[in-house]
Amino acid sequence: MSDQPAAHSPYAEPAQQREADLLGMYIFLVTEIMLFGGFLTAVYVVRVLHPEEASSAAKHLNLWLGSLNTAVLLTSSLAMALAVQLSREGKLRATSAWLCLTVVLGLVFLAIKSVEYYQEYAEGLMPLSDGMRPLSKPGEQLFFNFYLVGTGLHALHLTIGIILVSGLTRRVAHSETPLPRRAVTVEIVGLYWHLVDVVWVFIYPIFYLAR
Amino acid sequence: MTAHVRTLVLIWIALMALLGLTLGASFLPLGAFKPVVNVGIGFAKAALIFWFFMHLREVSGLIRLVAFAGAVGIIIMLALISSDYLTRHWLAAPL
Repeated sequence: MSDQPAAHSPYAEPAQQREADLLGMYIFLVTEIMLFGGFLTAVYVVRVLHPEEASSAAKHLNLWLGSLNTAVLLTSSLAMALAVQLSREGKLRATSAWLCLTVVLGLVFLAIKSVEYYQEYAEGLMPLSDGMRPLSKPGEQLFFNFYLVGTGLHALHLTIGIILVSGLTRRVAHSETPLPRRAVTVEIVGLYWHLVDVVWVFIYPIFYLAR
Repeated sequence: MTAHVRTLVLIWIALMALLGLTLGASFLPLGAFKPVVNVGIGFAKAALIFWFFMHLREVSGLIRLVAFAGAVGIIIMLALISSDYLTRHWLAAPL
């Protein structure tokens, strides 16, 4: 098995094939950008139409857990970026170790998010919560429901990312994805992981910092 | 530590610093500029992630163009939406 990858048909050379791989992934990522971009633009309109109510609803969100989760996700992106770099250098064990850390940090993020959701349920903020309803105005409820859908859709994407990176870790550890020949596979999974991070980078100021 | 690894770690430090900055700014009395500052810092973080972590600095112009097209789409949408919602109160509704 040589370190120089062979190009598959119809590509003339490996560099061209890698370019096509990355281009295809980027086109998919742009559709994700449009999905979340459209959603967050709707939140922007809610904040313009109901500035006071959006701000009072945002004060019910847990700013510190939200900030901690931002730090966790940014750190997971560093782990992913290091895994990509090491996969290019053909360091198999180090690559799977950093991929493993990426998965762990993703799970930590989801655990913290679950604690937040539970706190919000206990506080009566969720649509199905019993008892007192601290959010009485329509604008407040609208903002909070947008928060639930936005963070929920993000958590779904992160769950898919965790499954992808877990599978990749196993494949790299078992040499089913030979490195550095197939480093582009790690790169492409990495692109998805980083995009989910970028989405959170916008969810954080638009919801948590709207106080 | 190779030069590549050092760059990635420095970008992570910059991202954490921007997170601290945006969190701190959210406690300042910036009024209407607060969302502008916070989302602006979000764009700065996203730019760092795209350029360094997502390899835009090393790929061809074609891939950069595709990635940039996503941002352009969002900017056009924000501009057109803002031209409606931000200007509604400028003129009173005609009778």
